[in-house]
Amino acid sequence: MAVPLKLRAALLSVLLLAVFVGAWQLATRPVASASGPALTPEQIEYQKMLGKDPGGASGTSSGFPTPAQFATTAIGHLARPFYDNGPNDKGIGLQLAYSLGRVGLGFGLAVLVAVPLGFLIGMSPLVHRALDPFIQVLKPISPLAWMPIALYTIKDSSVSGIFVIFICSVWPMLINTAFGVSGVRREWLNVARTLEVKPQRLAFEVILPAAAPTILTGMRISMGIAWLVIVAAEMLVGGTGIGYFVWNEWNNLSLTNVMFAITVIGLVGMGLDQLFARAQKAVTYAE
Amino acid sequence: MTDRYDPYDADRPLTMGCRCGQHASDAEHATAELRARCETSAFEAESNAFIEATLVKALFPRDAVRRRFLRAVGKGSAMAAIGSVLPVASLQAMAQEKGALEKKDLKIGFIPITCATPLIMAHPLGFYSKQGLDVQVVKTAGWALIRDKMMNKEYDATHFLSPMPMAISMGVGSNAVAMNVASIQNTNGQAITLHVKHKDKRDPKQWKGFRFAVPFEFSMHNFLLRYYVAEAGLDPDRDIQIRVVPPPEMVANLRAGNIDGYLGPDPFNQRAVFEEIGFLHLLTKDLWNGHPCCAFGTSTEFIQQNPNTFAALYRAVLTSSAMARKPENRELIAKVISPQAYLNQPETVVAQVLTGKFADGLGNIRTVPDRADFDPIPWQSMAVWMLTQMKRWGYVKGDVNYRQLAEKVFLLTNAKRTMKQLGQPVPEGAYPKFTVMGKVFDPEKPEPYLSSFAIKRT
Repeated sequence: MAVPLKLRAALLSVLLLAVFVGAWQLATRPVASASGPALTPEQIEYQKMLGKDPGGASGTSSGFPTPAQFATTAIGHLARPFYDNGPNDKGIGLQLAYSLGRVGLGFGLAVLVAVPLGFLIGMSPLVHRALDPFIQVLKPISPLAWMPIALYTIKDSSVSGIFVIFICSVWPMLINTAFGVSGVRREWLNVARTLEVKPQRLAFEVILPAAAPTILTGMRISMGIAWLVIVAAEMLVGGTGIGYFVWNEWNNLSLTNVMFAITVIGLVGMGLDQLFARAQKAVTYAE
Repeated sequence: MTDRYDPYDADRPLTMGCRCGQHASDAEHATAELRARCETSAFEAESNAFIEATLVKALFPRDAVRRRFLRAVGKGSAMAAIGSVLPVASLQAMAQEKGALEKKDLKIGFIPITCATPLIMAHPLGFYSKQGLDVQVVKTAGWALIRDKMMNKEYDATHFLSPMPMAISMGVGSNAVAMNVASIQNTNGQAITLHVKHKDKRDPKQWKGFRFAVPFEFSMHNFLLRYYVAEAGLDPDRDIQIRVVPPPEMVANLRAGNIDGYLGPDPFNQRAVFEEIGFLHLLTKDLWNGHPCCAFGTSTEFIQQNPNTFAALYRAVLTSSAMARKPENRELIAKVISPQAYLNQPETVVAQVLTGKFADGLGNIRTVPDRADFDPIPWQSMAVWMLTQMKRWGYVKGDVNYRQLAEKVFLLTNAKRTMKQLGQPVPEGAYPKFTVMGKVFDPEKPEPYLSSFAIKRT
């Protein structure tokens, strides 16, 4: 009997996860401490100052967290995701909302700029050649390298964060849009020309649908980049957001919380990617 | 959170938040207790007297001048004179007749270190709201960001490293924007932490090739570390490497082996001990007892535009300093500022720093009550010393007008102008001297002091 591929893959995934958690549990299990000579009261106090409980359960408090500790932390955060204790202490849900808001704004701005400009570049070989050197130079710049300039010129840290998202997510979209537009089949354009279609109609009813899959691929890449950038930017600028959360817990050397945040970042990133994958599917056509 | 149900905690009843059972957490209990302590009339009188003394001391760094001034004009007109410079009049009056606040909603930046204790604890203890201010204290990721946010006017006032306002005012490392140090946040309270693998290298002469971290270029940490290794004959620019690492990242870097040690702010020295990756080589108090570290400051523009708000803020922070200076409050303060919204550190680490009874990472418990203190007076001679060091290491070049800069940045009130208006003889100089590593610093003679060093960049 053939088990469907999907089910087999899912089973394998679960198995891999189980192996991973098992290895994690093994690697972090507490080391049985050799009970040495009895401690003097002063030594006991010293141990307490290091956050240990002499004579009690062994294992350092700040070692790598076990899966059980991780689960407790995760449940603790998920139980009250939206609490708000002033500017420095907010629930994970609120932090995520801040991050998503920033990404949405920066990404939205990038779409508004990249798609029309990409159209122009794709339609006109002259503009393409003129702008190409700039695009090639600006594209590979690391997002965080923009931060000092942004902070200096924009003079507002939250707007700077949005600007950095914008500047990093604009390029893949721009290039993909230009590529998609310039790659529309000649025959279709020729047919449109023969029928004397007006330029506006040509753009919206011939080129846009034809280039849509490529444009959406660009958007999908951009969204991935934007989500990568936001964490780094918020670690730098601070204040709110999931990146700030990671930074704040790094301060406290709390690996459990950092790992929880990493998991959340990964899951949300996957969700965003799936969203664009759906959209991509919707506009794909068969020739 | 999880420590709420610890059945083996001797300090509080089982399944209750705090030791009296009325608060949700231990931190809230401590807050309530501290609040009660500062609401007694005795504390109020004391803190009022403390603030007034601080102001007068800042106006008259040399006591002889203060006495001469008081004798010449009498108490009444002296109080009026001080009131004419600073819109706070005398303190007793201050509490009742306050000027209308120009701005009520304020944002104050801080770095999560114990240096910021007065600034932070003024928030949960309600010192800001008592002055009619609605203050947000905002945790910030690093000193460069503090500088940028201050220059962008995102923050109204902030926790500074005490040399920063001078560097910014001079335009060293940024655009020139006039900044002021209103009060020193803390004195002492820093340490040199080394990685445990260097336990046997206690002599700085053995440190050739070490990599050290300091929180910022314009910091007492940088100047003191350079001074210390230079005294041992090492050139801080050639024989060791000094990197700028934001305080919170120091412990992680020490663990990773990126650095051999750091001269950093607490609680990160104590945290390295707590994590068993570092030990306290020495407390900065042993280099210069009573050295300033961080400051509370704002831009000159803010003070000019919002004099009453500034005065209210100043009162709140000084009240907080008065509270923080008392040893008996320190343990409770540790509970108040340790939670996530403020320092986000294990309480025992903060308590060890503030109480001065701490584990040194070498297996000893040491008791140094003045490990950290919160003396708020911005002596101008401190500023002059910082300037000599900035010049010594080439951060500023050419002639430095020590006196003028120190007075511009470190004194919010122009004492001399007041005295002139009152027809008083204006005293020349007169800043207190102090001793750094056994060497007396005379603020009257900064240049000879500078040229007395063997290792320097000038």
